Amino acid sequence: MEMVQAKELIYEYEKRDEEGNVIGMSRAIDGVDLDVLPGQFVAILGHNGSGKSTLAKQINAILVPSGGTMWVDGRDTRDPDELWNVRQSAGMVFQNPDNQIIGTVVEEDVGFGPENLGVPTDEIWTRVEESLKAVGMIEYRSHSPNKLSGGQKQRVAIAGVIAMEPKCIVLDEPTAMLDPNGRKDVIRTVQELRKKKQVTVILITHYMEEVIDADRVYVMDHGRVVMDGTPREIFSRVEELKQYGMDVPQATMLAEELRKRGLDLPRGILHSEELVEHIMALKKR
Amino acid sequence: MAIRLEKINYIYSPGTAYEKHALKDIDLEIPDGQFLGIIGHTGSGKSTLIQHLNGLIKATSGKLYYNGENIYDEGFNLTALRSQVGLVFQYPEYQLFEADVFTDVCFGPKNLGLSKEECEIRAKEALELVGFPEKYYHQSPFELSGGQKRRAAIAGVLAMRPKVLVLDEPTAGLDPKGRDEILEQIRHLHEQTDMAVVLVSHSMEDIAKYVERIIVMNRGEKMLDGTPKEVFSHYRELEQVGLAAPQVTYIMHDLKECGLPVRTDATTIEEAAEEIMRSFHD
Repeated sequence: MEMVQAKELIYEYEKRDEEGNVIGMSRAIDGVDLDVLPGQFVAILGHNGSGKSTLAKQINAILVPSGGTMWVDGRDTRDPDELWNVRQSAGMVFQNPDNQIIGTVVEEDVGFGPENLGVPTDEIWTRVEESLKAVGMIEYRSHSPNKLSGGQKQRVAIAGVIAMEPKCIVLDEPTAMLDPNGRKDVIRTVQELRKKKQVTVILITHYMEEVIDADRVYVMDHGRVVMDGTPREIFSRVEELKQYGMDVPQATMLAEELRKRGLDLPRGILHSEELVEHIMALKKR
Repeated sequence: MAIRLEKINYIYSPGTAYEKHALKDIDLEIPDGQFLGIIGHTGSGKSTLIQHLNGLIKATSGKLYYNGENIYDEGFNLTALRSQVGLVFQYPEYQLFEADVFTDVCFGPKNLGLSKEECEIRAKEALELVGFPEKYYHQSPFELSGGQKRRAAIAGVLAMRPKVLVLDEPTAGLDPKGRDEILEQIRHLHEQTDMAVVLVSHSMEDIAKYVERIIVMNRGEKMLDGTPKEVFSHYRELEQVGLAAPQVTYIMHDLKECGLPVRTDATTIEEAAEEIMRSFHD
């Protein structure tokens, strides 16, 4: 069974004028189908305003569909009786680390989620310790979160989500406000979690480099899924991606420039090592 | 010569438990019209440094000259300096506050005491410079896309007609297209006017593509200063302080190691492509 599945998903909201009168409807998601299998790493790309964050919010029922259906771990997100189960299955990490940390001490912050789920105290402490270890922040357990760097705060936020033991984590541009080191740490943490705990990961990002290892990539534009495939398939279509306001990884871009200049390189090169191998093979020929 | 820093030191909260020596003996000259990039990891002193450039922060010791005058001298007109050295902070769109874009952009010149007509001329000029579409002039800033909001915020600083434009991570949070558009617009601005531009960025690729000189900050000190090629040839040292060279520079090094006779100093995709093709044709 799919971890997350959307069928012909539609989300509309009312547009209002200055007096608050409804002046029309705006469609943020327009007929999206999504299939995410347990343990998969799925990436969603799209320019600002393409509907990807709205889609993310559907996955843990912050928003519910206006049309079509969203199932999370087999549960319909529109069923009010399933709301808490849906939220427990799919945890969310947002862009701004300062908006999602509430505790005055790191371990308190991480314990907040499981405490709200009614987990017994002993178990909360076990989970807090395990989660902080999993994100590499255990030595900061008694620190104040506001003295941490952005990347460290994001890792604490991730620990807070893991402590609720969700089957799926949705990360909405978790690295957008971080420096290159913070970005690397967060992505590495997410990858390790996938391996250790087999969590399903849905990552929304503007950084093409972070998508290379995904099992599947969806590209959104105007509330629709316009491209869908493996990173290799998606990044072979450079011109199409640019049209949707996206980019390609640096190695892919360089390969494309070399192809334009006449080098017989295959499309869809993602990694630097791959590019170097192909160039050397051509040189030896 | 526009700005010159001499042995600038800055200490946060001196004499308390939180004392931090944020800038150490910084010597720096920013000539008129230069396109300068500043890189450094979080906490390296970049933001503290740029806030010195228009006197928002006063150095603990050292001298800062603007066109030959020490800005810390008594009687120096700091208000005038702030209209000459324009600072665009991170996420500048949070600082938009007027009911519509045009009024917001007029705010800076209005504060300079200019007439309404002059303010409007300048606002229009600034919005044109950043490529802001005229049909949105009278919209609320909150109804705009992320990229448009940011343009409006940059225009607000440009309306003061600064001689030096300082931008702290102007592309943070934007999608790839928005990012390229803003940077192209800044390049265009730099070419059209005689303004010096100081760009703080976390993206080595963007820095390599746009600036003529890079300063690397580390633990409050100026660690490297040179052209992108010079600075990125020190990629091992950069890695030690949490930075890196652009990815293409690494690809060039790998190719050379594998035996392809290429120069390794390419920092942009174009340069790398040209150099690889050259090695094939030789």
